[in-house]
Amino acid sequence: MDILFFKLSLIVYLIASAGFLFFIIKKNKKVGYWSHKIMLLGFALNSIYLTLSYYQLGAVPALTFKTSLSFLSWTIIAAYIIFQVKFKLMVLGSFVVPFSTFLMIISSTIPISTITVRPIFKGLWLPLHVGTSLLGDGIFAIAFIAALMYLIQERQIKSKRLGAFYTRLPSLNSLDSLNYHAINYGFLLLTIGMITGSIVAQGSHGSYWRWDPKEVWSLITWLCYAALLHQRMAAGWRGRRSALMSIGCFLILIFTFVGVNFLMEGYHSFESLERSQLP
Amino acid sequence: MIKIVNIGMNHETAPVELRELAAVGKHSIDEVMGVIRTIEDIKESMVLSTCNRVEILFTTDNEKGATESVIDFLCRYSQISREKLLPILYIYNDQEAIRHIFRVGASLDSLIIGEPQIIGQVKEAYRIALDHKSSSVILNKLMHRTFSLAKKIRTETEISGSAVSISFAAVELGKKIFGDLKGKKVLLIGAGEMAELAATYLVHNRVDKIKVANRTFRRAVEVADQFHGETISFEEIGDQLLHIDIVITSTSSPEPIISSDQVKKAMKGRKNRPLFFIDIAVPRNVEPGVNEIENAFVYTIDDLKGIIESNLSKRKDEAVKAERMVDEEVIKFSEWLKTLDVVPTIVALKEKCKKIRQIELKKSLSNLGNLTPEQRKSVENLAVSITKKVLNDPIIFLKSKENRSSRNLYLDITQKLFNLDSNNENTNKKSYK
Repeated sequence: MDILFFKLSLIVYLIASAGFLFFIIKKNKKVGYWSHKIMLLGFALNSIYLTLSYYQLGAVPALTFKTSLSFLSWTIIAAYIIFQVKFKLMVLGSFVVPFSTFLMIISSTIPISTITVRPIFKGLWLPLHVGTSLLGDGIFAIAFIAALMYLIQERQIKSKRLGAFYTRLPSLNSLDSLNYHAINYGFLLLTIGMITGSIVAQGSHGSYWRWDPKEVWSLITWLCYAALLHQRMAAGWRGRRSALMSIGCFLILIFTFVGVNFLMEGYHSFESLERSQLP
Repeated sequence: MIKIVNIGMNHETAPVELRELAAVGKHSIDEVMGVIRTIEDIKESMVLSTCNRVEILFTTDNEKGATESVIDFLCRYSQISREKLLPILYIYNDQEAIRHIFRVGASLDSLIIGEPQIIGQVKEAYRIALDHKSSSVILNKLMHRTFSLAKKIRTETEISGSAVSISFAAVELGKKIFGDLKGKKVLLIGAGEMAELAATYLVHNRVDKIKVANRTFRRAVEVADQFHGETISFEEIGDQLLHIDIVITSTSSPEPIISSDQVKKAMKGRKNRPLFFIDIAVPRNVEPGVNEIENAFVYTIDDLKGIIESNLSKRKDEAVKAERMVDEEVIKFSEWLKTLDVVPTIVALKEKCKKIRQIELKKSLSNLGNLTPEQRKSVENLAVSITKKVLNDPIIFLKSKENRSSRNLYLDITQKLFNLDSNNENTNKKSYK
């Protein structure tokens, strides 16, 4: 039953992505408007899927790479919907929705693995830890996309060759301020995610911090974003430089999200999460 | 058969001196409409006069006569001799006239393709025609199609998409850098005409304050007053760079006025808030290196000209798309126009039946002797409903869309079958009398 909602939401997202791409190419506002509505439908279906899996599993559905990817794509869309209210940059959807759909597709190609849910996965702290961390990641993805859009638009204006992107992309100012806000909120959620994570670790392993690779890399990511925020606030960084740095930070974040889980052994790796015993 | 005709001249066919003579100003439009309306052969009419064109659009049953009368009127009105007038006039009829008014409304026939004023001028001309009650079924439909097509072309193509004047291009760039120009501070260095024009556009976009620096102080005060701004001296420019967002330079100084070092220093002070230089001066007033500085953007007059040129050629590409949309609309409208052809035949058919009915009723009622009013009424009803029902199917058939291609054939057959030609009226009368 739950997998049906996953498939439905993927199909709806694919339609919305096609609509958003048509919207940015043809600049057809009506199509953009409807793509947004369709995306909301896909988001609702995806939410139903996640809720159902939560109840079926008895734990947050982000314990395997497959499920955490689909959860991440949900948080990216969630972050986009929230930022859309303030920034109203419809064209952002043309980047975010296909990106998020792409993550869903990858997730759908990974075979389902049944996992034993250990008692420590139940309870309130783990969903809070996973939820805030992944929502933080989703918001950082928005910051990353805004930074990419900024660099494209800045290139267009500086080089004085005003190409197809010039008319379609928003102003430098709105992209820069979107990037700034996204990093602020992403940082806040990442911080909460790390604090709640240490509480979960205390409950399950008896210590708040164990120098697990995931923990170390999360700390590195956190420090990078902290440095970026500092440069923005104190040194008045703006525009190109902070866009480049937020792209760099996001690459580190991707490594923390994917690389650490596959390349390094630790209790955060999906392999160990799927095992029924504590390492 | 009703015809649509459009007679006029535009920026391509007529030089401005002659267009001026034929132009119909606000004060004389009523008079002109009055004259044209009373031309015998003209049924509906509309006069469109702008600085680039003078056109008279009308419908008529007698194309030749009406066209001659309108040309005569134009000769009289503009005081241009017929020999001089004819070569600069274009006369379109039917499909060509429809296409022409569609193209005018969609700004495809404009001096600058895609300029937005024309549709407003066409609407105004139509409104005046409505005031004079000189527009009816055909022109109403034609103008409404013109308006909706123009809107469709404007939204679905990029014919009016990007700026084609220096000032507009600069304002557009400003919006792409700052998002909103509201509250931005502007500094004019040098107060040439072009700088003034650009500043005017910026003020339209609600920039906050305009400051002016000029070698001759009097001119600076003059320009500053115009925008309710203030004047500063050349020495203050460096400090001003900390607060200003947009700088327009247009002095004749042989040396750059704004140096890279100056801007680099200012950037620190202004916490990297973007700074936009519009350098209209030749030679340049802003060092080329300034554009390399982060968050500083420099556009020279040549850059802006380059943008305009590429925008103009983009518009021309888009115009091809728009022409195709016009073609489609012309076909649709001609189809609709053709449906009007069936109206006279249907009317004649109905008329004929009505006549027969009335004559036959008269005969029968006199034969039937004294009837009560109810009886009389029901006999009349019987006759009416028989004729109506007999005619129902043929009329639906003639009106139906499927038969459009062979409509003329069916019209012909109907007229022959029912003997509807006007010259047969006499024989009809004979046979019934």
